[in-house]
Amino acid sequence: MSKNPEFVKFDKVDKSYDGKVLVVKDLQLDIAEGEFITMLGPSGSGKTTCLMMLAGFETPTHGEILLDGNIISNIPPHKRGIGMVFQNYALFPHMTVYENLAFPLRVRKVEKDEIDKKVDKALSMVSLSGFETRMPAQLSGGQQQRVAVARALVFDPAVVLMDEPLGALDKNLRESMQYEIKHIHESIGVTVVYVTHDQSEALTMSNRIAVFNDGKVQQLSNPAELYEKPVNSFVAEFIGENNTFNGEVVDIDKDKCKVKLANSEILANPISVKSKGEKTTVSLRPERALINPTDKMDNMFTGNIEEVIYHGDHTRVRLNLLGSSEFILKVPNSTSNLELKVSQDINIGWNSVDARALDPK
Amino acid sequence: MSSETKQILTTDGIPLEVSLKKAEKKNKIKAFLLVAPLLLFLVITYIFPIGDMFMRSVDDRMVTNMLPKTFKAMEKWENLEELPPEEVYRGFYEDYKVLVEKQEHGKLGQRLNKEKNGFNTITKRLFRQIKRNKIDESISIKDQINKIHKRWRNIEFWLAIKRTAPPYTMAKYLKGMDMYVASDGSIAQVDEDRRIHRILWLRTLEIAFFVTLFSFFMGYPIAHLLATLPMKYSNLLMICVLLPFWTSLLVRTASWMILLQQQGVVNDFFVMIGLVGDDNRPEMMYNKVGTYVAMTQILLPFMVLPLYSVMKTISPSLMRAGKSLGGTPFVAFWKVYFPLTIPGIGAGCLLVFILAIGYYITPALVGGASGTLISNQIAFHMKTTLDWSFASAMGLMLLTGVLVIYWIYNKLVGVDNIKLG
Repeated sequence: MSKNPEFVKFDKVDKSYDGKVLVVKDLQLDIAEGEFITMLGPSGSGKTTCLMMLAGFETPTHGEILLDGNIISNIPPHKRGIGMVFQNYALFPHMTVYENLAFPLRVRKVEKDEIDKKVDKALSMVSLSGFETRMPAQLSGGQQQRVAVARALVFDPAVVLMDEPLGALDKNLRESMQYEIKHIHESIGVTVVYVTHDQSEALTMSNRIAVFNDGKVQQLSNPAELYEKPVNSFVAEFIGENNTFNGEVVDIDKDKCKVKLANSEILANPISVKSKGEKTTVSLRPERALINPTDKMDNMFTGNIEEVIYHGDHTRVRLNLLGSSEFILKVPNSTSNLELKVSQDINIGWNSVDARALDPK
Repeated sequence: MSSETKQILTTDGIPLEVSLKKAEKKNKIKAFLLVAPLLLFLVITYIFPIGDMFMRSVDDRMVTNMLPKTFKAMEKWENLEELPPEEVYRGFYEDYKVLVEKQEHGKLGQRLNKEKNGFNTITKRLFRQIKRNKIDESISIKDQINKIHKRWRNIEFWLAIKRTAPPYTMAKYLKGMDMYVASDGSIAQVDEDRRIHRILWLRTLEIAFFVTLFSFFMGYPIAHLLATLPMKYSNLLMICVLLPFWTSLLVRTASWMILLQQQGVVNDFFVMIGLVGDDNRPEMMYNKVGTYVAMTQILLPFMVLPLYSVMKTISPSLMRAGKSLGGTPFVAFWKVYFPLTIPGIGAGCLLVFILAIGYYITPALVGGASGTLISNQIAFHMKTTLDWSFASAMGLMLLTGVLVIYWIYNKLVGVDNIKLG
């Protein structure tokens, strides 16, 4: 069976709650069958609203949502056949784990034997076999989370929605659950739409990430591209860390441009600037700037160390560079590490291709 | 591992348990002192009155104290088929003389008359004989008393006196259930046309049951709305629910009287919209309809508040989960939401039922004759007949009934499942 690249389709969807403010603006989004897509964005960016519209708990103010080619805007939630994992798990507290998992099957009038088989399979998938008779309150947060995932998958839905499912877990558990969910997705190939505001979660798990801000998708691409090649300064800012320089383009050719800062000039990679005189924000990942580079780099400057923070696996160094005291360097910790001291002058270099000249902030 | 549990010692060698007790002692005393006033208050206002009520309801020492010689002599009265021997007559005569001197003979006559109709007449006759000094103590008292009235020769009357001998009696409780101790000592039913209490008990239960039912069906959606509406509307609705709560019970009942009477607002409205004819206004007051309407309205907050407090804690995502998993809205409600509200339903129903079963003012004012409940009967005996022991007995029966309901509820639902807020 060939994968449908438009398995879920948001077609020009608008959403407004009060008739004055658009929470989602002209959303155009195609989700392929079997894909793990993450909607990432700050709170209030409209990502959860999109999920709720897909689940059927909110209706689009304008536009259509299509599932496998069928318009679903008028189908009530219980007929959509979409599994959902809620932020606070939403396990039924008065039912055992077995009853929780059997619920979607029972309402579908599945035979008892079949229910037992499916529940068994779903529980072993989340490694919770033997927990059938427990009540949700007797489970730890991570176990409850897994039950919620199993329940959303047990009736073989075409699409599973997850609304910040790991938000309530502690850091270690969250990370292991990320891998677990990713592996489940890989092994059963269900389409997953995942909502989170945690960028590392999004980068770890997804095939593609849609970065939401202000009701619009800012960038839709795979994790590597999103991190390495942000298309605008919001995405660059939101995903990972970055150093920024605000300036004006003074010279531009095909793959290089010269940006005039307050009192110096740097070379950058023109992404969203077209012509001389445009204002721009240059974004540079901290790990792309090197100390005392051995290779020749086309941006070489001297900075003064203002702060050194030890982070275990790496050291963060804050520099005063080019008139800004917010320049961050990430130096991996190794034995050959330099003795970095506050108020020491060091040479910093980076390639112009990594310095992306984006829209001005 | 060894099964012996080794005693854990503190570093100073004191057993841990002892040390813990010592450390907690001060806190325990403090905590007790904090609740001591309440405990004292409860003992004085609750446990003591109930104890007193119970004593009153079974107390029957009046006759026992009035006729000490009679009952002493009656111990020798063996053949109960025959009239008692001379000693009993003499003892009764002497006791009665003392009562006449103390002017308490009337009370005895009334009390014995309750036991056996006709006693009042014959004790009055005896009183007159004694007053006129017509009784000669040197000859047989038995013969002289027997001559005063033929009822003194009837063994039934002497048996009635004997029945009043024990200082405690269950008679009031039996009376509350329309039963009495017959002359042969067995428990019998009163005549059918005089069985008023049983009707009242049944009516009280019936009204309490239906009021609970109506409150539930009206309160559940209100509580649900309260729990789910946005704050600004739910606050307004909450005030609407609580407003009657803050109004005096009498005022509320009186306003129902204004609304429900035949020339009242509701009837006027029905006539205006043409539902009923002006000359054919339905009776909505002084019958059960009025009682149901007024009591349901008055007790509604007691249903709404526990339900609301439970519903407030149910996450709306549970219903959404139910729907997203394929349950129709009804299935999601019935299988997910409703079971979670059971603690609130239990608390609300129990509260309303128990309050309704002892309700007094409202049924008395809007209920008319058919609105008389057991509590009205209790009040009647407290205020009008002054039969406090009977009122106490019925009060205790009511209390027992409530405890039984509580027990049944505990068996069915489990008291742990109650959630009052």
